[in-house]
Amino acid sequence: MPDLGPLWLTLQLAAVTTAILLILGTPLAWWLAFTRSRIKPAMEAVTALPLVLPPTVLGFYLLVILSPTSPIGAFWVRVTGDSLTFSFAGLVVASIFYSLPFAVQPMQNAFETVGRGPLEAAATLRATPVDAFFTVLSPLCRRGYLTAAVLAFAHTIGEFGVVLMVGGNIPGETRVISIAIYEQVETLNYREAHVLSLALLLFCFAVLLVVYGINRRGATRVG
Amino acid sequence: MSAESHRELSVHVRVRYPGFELDFAHDFHLAGVTALFGPSGAGKSTILRILAGLESGAAGRVEFDGETWLDSDAGQAVPAHRRGVGFVFQDARLFSHLDVRGNLRFAFRRAQQGGNGTGFDDVVNALDLGPLLSRGTGALSGGERQRVAIGRALLTRPRLLLLDEPLAAMDAARKGEILPYIEGLPDEFGIPAIYVSHSVDEVARLADRMVVMAAGQVAAAGDAVEVLERPDLQHLTGHFEAGAVIDARVTGHDRDFRLTAVEFCGQPILMPMIDLPLGEVIRLRIRARDVALATRRPDAVSTRNVIEGVITRIVEEHETAFAEVFVDAGGELLRARITRKAAADLRLTSGAKVFALVKSVSFDRRALTRNRTR
Repeated sequence: MPDLGPLWLTLQLAAVTTAILLILGTPLAWWLAFTRSRIKPAMEAVTALPLVLPPTVLGFYLLVILSPTSPIGAFWVRVTGDSLTFSFAGLVVASIFYSLPFAVQPMQNAFETVGRGPLEAAATLRATPVDAFFTVLSPLCRRGYLTAAVLAFAHTIGEFGVVLMVGGNIPGETRVISIAIYEQVETLNYREAHVLSLALLLFCFAVLLVVYGINRRGATRVG
Repeated sequence: MSAESHRELSVHVRVRYPGFELDFAHDFHLAGVTALFGPSGAGKSTILRILAGLESGAAGRVEFDGETWLDSDAGQAVPAHRRGVGFVFQDARLFSHLDVRGNLRFAFRRAQQGGNGTGFDDVVNALDLGPLLSRGTGALSGGERQRVAIGRALLTRPRLLLLDEPLAAMDAARKGEILPYIEGLPDEFGIPAIYVSHSVDEVARLADRMVVMAAGQVAAAGDAVEVLERPDLQHLTGHFEAGAVIDARVTGHDRDFRLTAVEFCGQPILMPMIDLPLGEVIRLRIRARDVALATRRPDAVSTRNVIEGVITRIVEEHETAFAEVFVDAGGELLRARITRKAAADLRLTSGAKVFALVKSVSFDRRALTRNRTR
């Protein structure tokens, strides 16, 4: 039986990252969907950067920014007594950046599809903006949220390059499943690599199946 | 009409977008339905959105019953959800995640207590929404959607109802279905309404007053029928047919010939029978093209209604064959649309005595109900 610690750690990382992304990503997606600001294209480009940037580049910059010698890293050490690099907390921060577009873009699309119309209608029905967000926009964007959550979660699970740069390979702290597979292959332990790889493959397939299933059901429901 | 439904709304706003300029100043004396009329692109909907607080780019002042809704100089704007304005959008904008009942309850739950006392069932009954309550919004026809949207707006207990071309997306049959509902609402619920439309027929049917907009400005305002009939506004009001609106008293019924006799300025008019008691005052509309003129009383024509009067004015439409003749029938004016050649051949001039042959009379039911409740 292979060591399932990396799998457990990976799920933890993905869950925490997804939760934070849904909360932080909502205002960003909202802003991107509804702003008339001239800097919107620039913000969209920044948001999409992790899609095209090689993970090693992203990981390198994060390593520089998060290291205890940088202002941010030093601040974190002062507050928590722990380093951001080569730690679980650092992995979470890195994953948030790495998976940002996968959470923000589906939410932004959903907000744009629903548009201002229902929000304006809600306002004329005496709903405050916060009220309208929770009782009108969120229910109408349920599918967008679900897609965002599933994609952010799955993408974080598949993370490799950024983790290697920022987190290294510390068992129980930063050794996630993709790193574990890499190490098994390095040590020619193909059997263990097979088990972990197959588990990841099945998991990713299941996730995509769920997403496409949801999208299809939604499409037929719209009447 | 109840006294509470009288509202003062003062609007002085400017909007400048690339390629669009709006400079609107008007003091609305709101009671019943006020139509905001004009061609597409005149800025009608923008004004309505400014009134509701949905348009952020407006500069100027909006005051409603002494309450300041917008004062851009002071950087002050009451947000939409605190204005107490009901808004019916052209595309209904029902919430698709709620059924009809859910949509109505959304509004009802958020309505201020102690508003005008509009009850959930009152609105459901007035708009015949009962059979629709448990339906999803996707399963509604266009007319049904707008009925639900109107009901939802009324349930917010608004102080002012704004309707943005609610019938624009509907065919004639559907319009005919929903118009009777809209017609009675302002009176029934005591809420004044501003109704945006570019349809002369809708305005003539629904509106008591109207404001005509053209190119972002107010072109005219006043009593709806009077404005629609103004010859100088024909380029905006288009095909609305000029005519006269007169008050007449029911004096008798002829059951054999199915006719009702009414008296107008001391002269009798016969019209198709209407079932009303003697003495009732009704409002009639006589179109200018249904009136012919004779200089002597004709004795062998099928037209039964011949009204004696004096010409007060002749307006010749030089680029057409026609002229419009105004005839004083003893206190009220009739209008006759005749050819310019006829006017010349008969040597019609101001002050001349004529006989107006009235071919048909239409009867304004709405005026009737107003007179009754008064």
